[in-house]
Amino acid sequence: MKNIRNFSIIAHIDHGKSTLADRLLELTNTITNREKQDQLLDTMDLERERGITIKSHAVQMEYTYKGEVYILNLIDTPGHVDFSYEVSRSIAACEGALLIVDAAQSIQAQTISNLYLALENDLEIIPILNKVDLPSANPEEVTDDIVDLLGCDPEEIIHASGKTGFGVEEILEAIIERIPAPKGDVNAPLQALIFDSVYNSYRGVETYFRVFNGDIKKGQHIKFVATGNDYFADEVGTLKLNQIPRKSIKAGDVGYLITGIKTASEIKVGDTITDADNPTKNMVEGFEDVKPMVFAGIYPVDTEDYEELRSSMEKLKLNDASLVFVPESSAALGFGFRCGFLGMLHLEIIQERLEREFDMTVITTVPNVSYHAFTNKKPNEIILVNNPSDLPEPSTLNRVEEPFIKASIITKSEFVGPVMSLCIEKRGEITHQTYLTTERVELNFDMPLSEIVFDFYDRLKTVSKGYASFDYHPIGLRESKLVRVDILLNGQLVDALSALLHTDNAYGIGKKICEKLRKLIPRQQFDIPIQAAIGAKIIARETIKALRKDVTAKCYGGDITRKRKLLEKQKKGKKRMRQVGNVQIPQQAFMAVLKLND
Amino acid sequence: MSGIYIHIPFCKQACYYCDFHFSVSLKRKEEMIKAIGMELQLRKDELKNNVETIYFGGGTPSLLTIDELQFLIDIVYQNYKVIEDPEITLEANPDDLTEEKIKELAATKINRLSIGVQSFFDDDLQFMNRVHNAKEAKGSLLMAMYHFDNITIDLIYGVPKMTNEKWRNNLNIAFEMDVPHISSYALTVENRTALANFIRKGKYPALDEDLAQQHFKILVEESRKHHFIQYEISNFGKEGYFSKHNTSYWQGRNYLGIGPSAHSYDGISRSWNVSNNARYIKSIQQNKLPQEIEILTINDRFNETIMTGLRTIWGISLQKIENDFGPDIKNELIENAQEYLKNKILKIKDGKLLITEKGKFLADGIAADLFIVN
Ligand SMILES: Nc1nc2c(ncn2[C@@H]2O[C@H](COP(=O)(O)OP(=O)(O)OP(=O)(O)O)[C@@H](O)[C@H]2O)c(=O)[nH]1
Ligand code: SF4
Ligand SMILES: [Mg+2]
Repeated sequence: MKNIRNFSIIAHIDHGKSTLADRLLELTNTITNREKQDQLLDTMDLERERGITIKSHAVQMEYTYKGEVYILNLIDTPGHVDFSYEVSRSIAACEGALLIVDAAQSIQAQTISNLYLALENDLEIIPILNKVDLPSANPEEVTDDIVDLLGCDPEEIIHASGKTGFGVEEILEAIIERIPAPKGDVNAPLQALIFDSVYNSYRGVETYFRVFNGDIKKGQHIKFVATGNDYFADEVGTLKLNQIPRKSIKAGDVGYLITGIKTASEIKVGDTITDADNPTKNMVEGFEDVKPMVFAGIYPVDTEDYEELRSSMEKLKLNDASLVFVPESSAALGFGFRCGFLGMLHLEIIQERLEREFDMTVITTVPNVSYHAFTNKKPNEIILVNNPSDLPEPSTLNRVEEPFIKASIITKSEFVGPVMSLCIEKRGEITHQTYLTTERVELNFDMPLSEIVFDFYDRLKTVSKGYASFDYHPIGLRESKLVRVDILLNGQLVDALSALLHTDNAYGIGKKICEKLRKLIPRQQFDIPIQAAIGAKIIARETIKALRKDVTAKCYGGDITRKRKLLEKQKKGKKRMRQVGNVQIPQQAFMAVLKLND
Repeated sequence: MSGIYIHIPFCKQACYYCDFHFSVSLKRKEEMIKAIGMELQLRKDELKNNVETIYFGGGTPSLLTIDELQFLIDIVYQNYKVIEDPEITLEANPDDLTEEKIKELAATKINRLSIGVQSFFDDDLQFMNRVHNAKEAKGSLLMAMYHFDNITIDLIYGVPKMTNEKWRNNLNIAFEMDVPHISSYALTVENRTALANFIRKGKYPALDEDLAQQHFKILVEESRKHHFIQYEISNFGKEGYFSKHNTSYWQGRNYLGIGPSAHSYDGISRSWNVSNNARYIKSIQQNKLPQEIEILTINDRFNETIMTGLRTIWGISLQKIENDFGPDIKNELIENAQEYLKNKILKIKDGKLLITEKGKFLADGIAADLFIVN
């Protein structure tokens, strides 16, 4: 056990975690030359295409240092705030963490939030000043920033470049020298923490665990403490680049387990594994359940595809347990699902995965957060509002509470003004303003969660010219004034376009929604009025003028192919539209309210 | 029946709306003519049928001297089997059509002129940056009518500030001169044209679709009064004066496109030459065709049949659809057309699917709806 080191790599998004992991894998000969590729641990297509990590990834390396062989269990984590729960899980399986800081960008919002997660778990932190090869790198100043944040000595910070490989040997040395070996008793009853699970269509659910005490053997009769389910360990092994089956995995080490479980929901990440016959008395301290933050309806574009959508969602859930959904129906869209997501990126990713992996074209309705409503009749009974239609009639409504977050924004001092205006416009209340350096400021706001769903990230990027990072965590509910704004197309209410808005914003946003829809809904052969209404009261109105001329003048030799392709594209676009009444609504119109300022 | 299109990629100056391929430098004109002649020779075995139409398009073919045109016509006749009385069209701009030039042209085998009049009013012509003026437009046309029987003119409508009245006047001038054929197009903003740029910058007003639609309506009504037949959305001809060459495009016949940027179709694939004069010449000089080819899938061919068929008075022959694509596809087509048939936007007459008067303005969207895509 004294030769095992368990560590995660944590950082703000894009600071180079996965690239550094590549270098570690190479230097330890965990991968051959032939297997080399950029961000090797980002295995999902979507991760590779977007260049971001979505899921944590564990891998085991061996490294000989001063004549001794060490087992190094590495977990690469995502940087995006939507997936910060992945970081907390990974951290629970480790004794140390590499905290990567981009030498050009310095400390950003997720640097801080992920650092605190690690410190809460008493991890040994190895600060790494990464990307020193960049011409824009600013090592002196960033070193000061890190020293300031961690209270460490400047000498403890390792200068490195995941791109050139500079400093990587020093990192390996520090992992061995500085991170404590795991403690635990191999002879005690089995006590292991489930920190992740992955669905594999051939092998069922693979469970990733960290053994704290005892050992887990192939064939062993085991029990999951929280769920109470028991299984036989059909296969256990270590996570190299590929899985390597082993006879047993002992205290201190990380491994995988296959039990023939077919559905991911049967496993609770954070649960403790123990021996069924000789159980441990203590559960490993797990972590909180992931809670969805944003809710939206997902409907098939073609109503006939409802069953297919259900089975696609179920399969998706197998490898993304954070996705939750229940059936719902909409007058406009028919049958679909109300889904909970970790954030807007998560929502986008689910929608995209449904399209690519399951060939399901879906409509996502206006997202909202989860409100609590109380009626006059039962002023103490919570009515959960996850869907605009759940909001009780205004006349019966006693009060509404909406979820608030504590937001942390790090930006350059020159953008403090615009960032502050934006947050105040978004009903934020500033709680702290800290100058990290003369150049860089951390701003803290209490803000309604719903406001970051609506068009926040893009605008933050714009007002700060890209120099702002953002992190948040929920801080409970507060009373609020809420109304439902309905949208009528051609006089007909389209429930899937309804939005829950703060009373003060309702008129302004209602008007903008109408304007946006006018631009997004293609003209048809008749005029289409668009109205926004609160109850029976119309608050805004626009008209989509009828299309009267839709024919290109010329069509000669060279035009034929070009024109055919153009019309084919148009036809494909139409196939992705949803007919409500006699109006064709394109997929993206349902999300229009999110991007009102484009 | 086959056609040959010959692209002459030179113009005196660039009209603001134009996205055709041409160069305003005439330096390499001679080399270009030679290269086009070589391409005609290189490709002489591609056409299986007799050549019935030859079309000099551009660019501005009327920039060529009579000798240059004669040189190319001779090469066609030496290398291809041309029928007894082919249709040979030359696109010509009014400023090139002096009396002398017209007489010379009339003495060649060229028997049809397509004159780029665009408008009979100076302010429109200036707006579009045409080289010629209104006087030249009328003068050259009068002269041409005297020496040629088969003449068509281009007219553009939907030009900002062109009132309905002015558009009517444009048409009436053409009717008074008794031109037997008009091709008429709405001014269109193509990407990467000066016009697009001006509109983006606010230097020119955006085009008014309603205006274009009113003009189109006037065009359809007025030309009908004067006994023109709208045999294609943008083409109006008197009996016996339809363009044979262009009709072959819409009826899916084979044609050979010679010269830079020209497109060819052999019934299975479409190919097109590079849109760059220097590269074209270089490649041809090395006996290589500077071509890209796209083989059409069954769906592609079906969609093209629908798209071009809907635009013409010949419509889409359901029997031909069944022969070429099978009964299932034919039934799918009729099924997809139901809503439009009910609303009298489409009709079926004598086994042909046709667009009605009401639907003509909307032909593109309707075609797209009838497409089969996967
Ligand atoms: N110049 C330079 N670029 C680097 C270095 N390390 C990473 N990059 C680049 O930075 C970008 C982000 O790298 P990743 O390794 O994907 O970053 P990450 O921290 O894993 O990102 P997330 O997982 O999405 O949070 C990529 O374009 C890398 O090529 C480095 O040391 N020097
Ligand atoms: S003359 Fe014809 S080809 Fe030349 S620029 Fe004008 S419109 Fe285009
Ligand atoms: Mg990564």
